[in-house]
Amino acid sequence: MLVLQAIIDGVLVGGFYALMAGGLTLVFGVMDIVNFAQGILVVLGAYLSYALYAHLNIDPFVGLLITVPVMFVIGIAIYWSMIKPIKRDRVIMSLLTMFAVGTVVEGILDYIFTSNLVAIHTSYVNSSFKLGSLVFPSIYLYAFAMSVVLLGGVYYLLYRTRFGRSLRASMQNPTAARLVGINTDWVSAYTLGIGVGLAAAGGMVFGLTNSFDAASSYDLISRLLAIVIFGGFGSLSGALIASVLMLVIQDVVAVTWSATWGQTTFYIVLVLVLLIRPQGLLGRKAVRAQ
Amino acid sequence: MTAIDVTPVGAAAPDHIPYEPPKAVRRGGTALLLVLLILFPLVFTNPAVTSIGVFTMIFLVAACGWNIFSGYSGYISIGHAAFYGIGQYTVALLVMHLKVPAGWDTFALLPVAGVVAAVLAVPIGFLLLRVRKHTFIILTVAVMFILQLLAFNLTSWTNGSSGLELPFPTWTGSLFNEPFYYVGLAAAVVACAVSWWVRRSKYGLGLLSIRDDEDRARGLGIHTTRTKLIAYVMSAFFVGIAGGLYAPFVGSVYPQFGFDPNFDLAVAVLVFVGGIGTLSGPVVGTLLLIPLQQYFYLQFGNDNLFLIAYGVLFILILRLLPGGISPSITQLYRRVLVARQLRTTAPPGSPAPPGAAGAPGITPAPMTGAKGREDTP
Repeated sequence: MLVLQAIIDGVLVGGFYALMAGGLTLVFGVMDIVNFAQGILVVLGAYLSYALYAHLNIDPFVGLLITVPVMFVIGIAIYWSMIKPIKRDRVIMSLLTMFAVGTVVEGILDYIFTSNLVAIHTSYVNSSFKLGSLVFPSIYLYAFAMSVVLLGGVYYLLYRTRFGRSLRASMQNPTAARLVGINTDWVSAYTLGIGVGLAAAGGMVFGLTNSFDAASSYDLISRLLAIVIFGGFGSLSGALIASVLMLVIQDVVAVTWSATWGQTTFYIVLVLVLLIRPQGLLGRKAVRAQ
Repeated sequence: MTAIDVTPVGAAAPDHIPYEPPKAVRRGGTALLLVLLILFPLVFTNPAVTSIGVFTMIFLVAACGWNIFSGYSGYISIGHAAFYGIGQYTVALLVMHLKVPAGWDTFALLPVAGVVAAVLAVPIGFLLLRVRKHTFIILTVAVMFILQLLAFNLTSWTNGSSGLELPFPTWTGSLFNEPFYYVGLAAAVVACAVSWWVRRSKYGLGLLSIRDDEDRARGLGIHTTRTKLIAYVMSAFFVGIAGGLYAPFVGSVYPQFGFDPNFDLAVAVLVFVGGIGTLSGPVVGTLLLIPLQQYFYLQFGNDNLFLIAYGVLFILILRLLPGGISPSITQLYRRVLVARQLRTTAPPGSPAPPGAAGAPGITPAPMTGAKGREDTP
């Protein structure tokens, strides 16, 4: 029963990790950009929700109507100001640039909010539903539902809209996409906006379920990168599967063996998988010529 | 192999292998710099200043070591703190369990720290180098965090988050920093010498060709995996030594400061500022930035503002000097030479000669993008 509970917890939490990792993997797929700032942007989203809740008493879930658009615009601004001007060695230069952007954001957050841990305490944070002996924390249920809705929206956007077709075309072959008249710059900008917007949604849940400060981003980005590598870069479904797997492995190990080894076990599984499949579970095999 | 074999390649790929100043300038400059560095603690005896010197030396070793792999092979590792931490823990654990007396004996453990880091780098590098550039970058970070987690969790060895304490050396307080400084300087000289050797050797030529075009390098008969792995192990060795120097200097080891993501950022910044993939780049970057950083840190002490300043600086450097300081200076030097040659030899209206002194008539075709392009008129 403990194991079943651990699996349920893993799936529920994995849903919201998939949100954050999904943003990372989409951005990589379209632009070949490893968004190293995703961890700190998640924390930024958490702080935005926190500020709205603490100062204006806006519920974090309602606050998403404000934070997600704000973060979407931030993502687009980052693209035009930071990524677009890079003209050569795009992969590495953009990675380093995002690293630097993340450092600046971390410094700003540290300066505004200090390094004291904060948490968002809404009324439903500690409530839960019980089904037999199984416990479903309500916050994770809400978060899971939100993740399903948002990821469903992203899937719809990707596979059912004109923008999604442009995006997937840019993913497959940017040059050819430009040739058939797709404005790849705006596709990239919107994609980074979506990625950062998803980080805002994930950050809201992160803020509800964890005490955090700006330095939490290091732990986050390492987990997110691990998920994205595990699932395969650029694959949204891969990120989904990998986040759920990571959390399930971690939680099951925690109840059957020891809590401290949960995350390490996941990393060891990751390394073993990469030994067999260097491109990750659902990653593209070919290395794109640069 | 001698420099003669390398020169024509340098002319064909001017972006990565910039023209060098005359030999006299290079040798004289190196000697002058070395003398200045040796004299530094004798002139500035203030412990606050010499401690900046020690940090500079630690980062100099690390930056030169990091550049041997990431600079020359083009595989950017932002997980070399893995070896920094391994070096720190090696020294701390050996001091603890072998009851090594504090002081000069601790320095004898430096090569051990390097060797342990190098030995562990073999399986890690073998695993990581299966993947190509961007995945590689991420994997290096992942491995660094795995090791950090291990350091947190293997409490019987590492004492977990409580960290390990090292005994302080017995020498007197006012001269506390000098031994660390000179040992660091010696290690840095060795690191730079190895870097120089790699740059000049046939082996290094293979490494550079991997950076420019890995598939073609493989096609030309370079055993790419082995070449990359050797460089990875060499760089791990020096970063391990840097860690082994840091631990006794600060007197403690913690998982989050041993396997420190900020260390990775710092080293990458230093080398990028100086000029990645060049011999002098890491030296220029370190000698310029670390004293500046330490000065700001001591002066303002506000970690948060410091992060902002550092990030902004990094962005500015990436934007304004994408090649780094060293290559920018050498390109300026070359531009002067080219202009002079144009004035004296070329008939008006003919295309510019592809290069200055010593360059054969190969058009300097950029190999990985328009590196030599002039952004400003």
